Amino acid sequence: MSTSAQEMVAKRAASAARAVTPKVNPLGLEKNDYKGRPSTLCKGCGHDSISQRIMNVAWELGLDQSQVIKMSGIGCSSKTPAYYLGWSHGFNGVHGRMPSIATGAIAANQKLTCIGVGGDGDTASIGIGQFKHAMRRNLPMVYIVENNGVYGLTKGQFSATADDGQTLKYQGVNHLPPLDICLEALAANATFVARSFAGDPKQVEALLKAALSHRGIAVIDIISPCVTFNNHDSSTKSYGYGKEHEIPLHELSYVPAIHDEIEIEEYEGELEVELHDGAKIVLKKLDESHDPTSRGAAFDAIDRAHQEGKFLTGLFYVSEEQPDMLEMLHLTGTPLAQLPTEKLRPSREALAELMAGF
Amino acid sequence: MTIAVREAPARPAEAAENVNDFAINVATANGSGSQTSNGVLVRALFKMGIPVTAKNLFPSNIQGLPTWYIIRLSKDGYTGRRETMEVQVCMNGRTVAEDMAQVAPGGIVLYDDSLPVAARRKDVTYYPMPVKELVKAADLPFALRDYVANMVYVGVLAHLLEIDLDEIEAALLWNFEGKPKPAKLNMDMVNRAFAWAEENLTKTDGFRVAPMTGFNEGKIMADGNTAAALGAIFGGMTVTSWYPITPASSLAENVSKYAPKLRTDPDTGQATYAVIQAEDELAAIGMVVGAGWAGARAMTSTSGPGMSLMAEFAGLAYFAEIPAVVWNVQRMGPSTGLPTRTAQPDILSAYYLSHGDCRHVVLFPANPAECFEFGATAFDLAERLQTLVLVLSDLDLGMNVHITEPFAYPEKPMDRGKVLNADEIKALNGSWGRYKDVDGDGIGYRTLPGTPNPAAAYFARGTGHNEYAVYSERSEDWEANLFRLRRKFDTARTLVPGPVVETDNDAEIGIISLGSNDGAVQEARSRLAAQGIATSYLRLRALPIGASVRDFIHSYSKVFVVEANFDGQLHNILTTEEPAQATKLFSLAKCDGLSLSARFIAEGVAAGIN
Repeated sequence: MSTSAQEMVAKRAASAARAVTPKVNPLGLEKNDYKGRPSTLCKGCGHDSISQRIMNVAWELGLDQSQVIKMSGIGCSSKTPAYYLGWSHGFNGVHGRMPSIATGAIAANQKLTCIGVGGDGDTASIGIGQFKHAMRRNLPMVYIVENNGVYGLTKGQFSATADDGQTLKYQGVNHLPPLDICLEALAANATFVARSFAGDPKQVEALLKAALSHRGIAVIDIISPCVTFNNHDSSTKSYGYGKEHEIPLHELSYVPAIHDEIEIEEYEGELEVELHDGAKIVLKKLDESHDPTSRGAAFDAIDRAHQEGKFLTGLFYVSEEQPDMLEMLHLTGTPLAQLPTEKLRPSREALAELMAGF
Repeated sequence: MTIAVREAPARPAEAAENVNDFAINVATANGSGSQTSNGVLVRALFKMGIPVTAKNLFPSNIQGLPTWYIIRLSKDGYTGRRETMEVQVCMNGRTVAEDMAQVAPGGIVLYDDSLPVAARRKDVTYYPMPVKELVKAADLPFALRDYVANMVYVGVLAHLLEIDLDEIEAALLWNFEGKPKPAKLNMDMVNRAFAWAEENLTKTDGFRVAPMTGFNEGKIMADGNTAAALGAIFGGMTVTSWYPITPASSLAENVSKYAPKLRTDPDTGQATYAVIQAEDELAAIGMVVGAGWAGARAMTSTSGPGMSLMAEFAGLAYFAEIPAVVWNVQRMGPSTGLPTRTAQPDILSAYYLSHGDCRHVVLFPANPAECFEFGATAFDLAERLQTLVLVLSDLDLGMNVHITEPFAYPEKPMDRGKVLNADEIKALNGSWGRYKDVDGDGIGYRTLPGTPNPAAAYFARGTGHNEYAVYSERSEDWEANLFRLRRKFDTARTLVPGPVVETDNDAEIGIISLGSNDGAVQEARSRLAAQGIATSYLRLRALPIGASVRDFIHSYSKVFVVEANFDGQLHNILTTEEPAQATKLFSLAKCDGLSLSARFIAEGVAAGIN
């Protein structure tokens, strides 16, 4: 056998071995074991990219899915927990109220790892109150905002994070200033505040890993382009299909399936990204000199980027100093949901003693 | 001092004697500290063995608006509201004219003699009280003067009505949780006022109290909110979330008060429960639903406006089949209504709470002992049926003290319902479906988050789903699900607390009522019986109704449905659930902010039977 032939055989054998023993994580599980059901979102949706990041990170960290809960509200983003971590319990709740459901679940079982997903409607519009109170309580969970500035599932209305001056096909121009989810989180005393872009796998995964090890609430606001509805007429390269036909809102049934999920290369400093509709956004990484332990610096950095018209990404603020909600509740070691009856019902004598005082 | 009154002629001494059968109305300004003085009076009377009830009519206000506290003494043991008030204590200048005007003929009026009183009636006896002088003479710290001033009427009443001073002292000590200093400060004022009255007042009326036996022995005094809180604590509550609202706040506050002592894990010194004050009622019920899903015994407490806000989540709990408990301490509606007045106006909205085809299990406790009992019952039912259970109390039951049986230790083991653990999931070998009706009772088997088996996971959702909790828009999945939920509701009919029925074999008339109307209904039945009208009585303790309610209606020619709301909401539900017997059901409903009286019920029945 020639050397080259021997090499070929060796290569094939190695390849076969790889095929037989695919890569496994510390729990001995393959990546596929962290999948959920097939996604029903539009092809190219940024939310699917985020789901992939969650699966990757969970697999890489060797998360025990049975000890994870996936929480969501209502909307496109809130459907996604069905599409990842199929061995985890999930809860698709009511619009804007995911934080309260998560609060109850975490109180009931403090050992669970809680990953919540909400959209910008869920988080900044109907659910802004619950969002802020989750920060205030330092609820131990990862709160991922899949932020596209638009209501997708109801077919294209502005959310509270829509840009001032943004145009939507059937809604016209938005003249209200956007709420910045990271600023809202900071103002509500969130202890971990970050922003990223759905198409930046490396940064999203790095932030997810950091968030999962954070004490308290970790907010990651992820800009996640809507392939279908966030369709800037003002852009020179908007969808040809939708624009050419004046289709009334409720008859819009054709969604061109021509998009791939946007994925960007690693970059330093700034990067201009073209979205599905041709609109461009400029991502800017936080300067290395930024001090993420300073809330003031976080406010300043976000505000400066706003003035420059750029999406600043990275970890804006983190503090591990504050106790989380569970610590403040002084709960006993066993999860409340698993306490045996004898720990839940005081004694007959305790009642008798009480009654004597009535 | 108002000379016109002071110079009123004393009534002759032949006034008829009335022992332990009248009502005392104390009129004060809100925030003046009369809660202590009134509470002490009631407790002293209770400890003398006298059947006594108390109704606090207070304003939605922190300080200054008028407050009335009505203490009824009933030698026959009736606990409903009495419409007449025979002894009037006037401490509030803003209402003194109307307070004096409403005293029953032959009654007596005690009044702060600094009040601007001009008009006086010839058919009542007036006793002035020199409150300011007595307080001044006591040389109290300035900050305490107004507060302790209320003890003046306690002392004067004690003299006029012959209330046992030892019992007043004991009640004060109890009120101040054994602290002798504040108890003594107040008791000194009681003694001063008593001594003054002894020296200066000539009693010319016939009202007095006397120690009794036969009613209060072995009983306690408690309010329903405290009872409900303790019931939840003994019922295994693990998560309580709440948002402040009158008249429900004291329920959650009592959980916070008692749980640290009763539910601290002796092994770790840490809590076996969590109490979370939510940002609103939406969050409060959201926390309950999240906690119930994760395996907690979770509850929240609210009143009408809060329950309205909880409607969306109520439907989620119903449809995703998650155990949850909501206490609604009802007040007057619609809208903000009268937050500090009692009523039962949320029966319909509780039963059908939320959009879509929803019906819920609703419990109706009638007294504090039952509030305690239902604390555990609600959790058992919620977990057994995997659904929302609402408990409807009301302001009168929740916030006023009542004579009640001591709370009975729950003898039944907790029912944690159908929950599969990791081994059981494994044994089912992939055949488990969250919403499969394996047992034919409409109740599926659930798993809890954290169950260490990959096959245990399911996706809880309020969207349409099949037996495996997977999203489905198929018509047959939807209908199968709702048919099963109906089956489950029929199972609920057999599990909820049954009605309490008191049958009179001579009766052709039935009365159905619920909750805190019980005392008034009992008294009305006695009055009706005295008129020769025999009645049987069914006290409904839960919805949905079972066969016993149908049978009861069937047994009588007319059945009066007695409730404290305007539209006759229970009557509405019963006619819907028993259409074949609907024409036998007559609504006796009233909603004026006060508890129902026996007079209203008895007159209504007497007028309605012809």
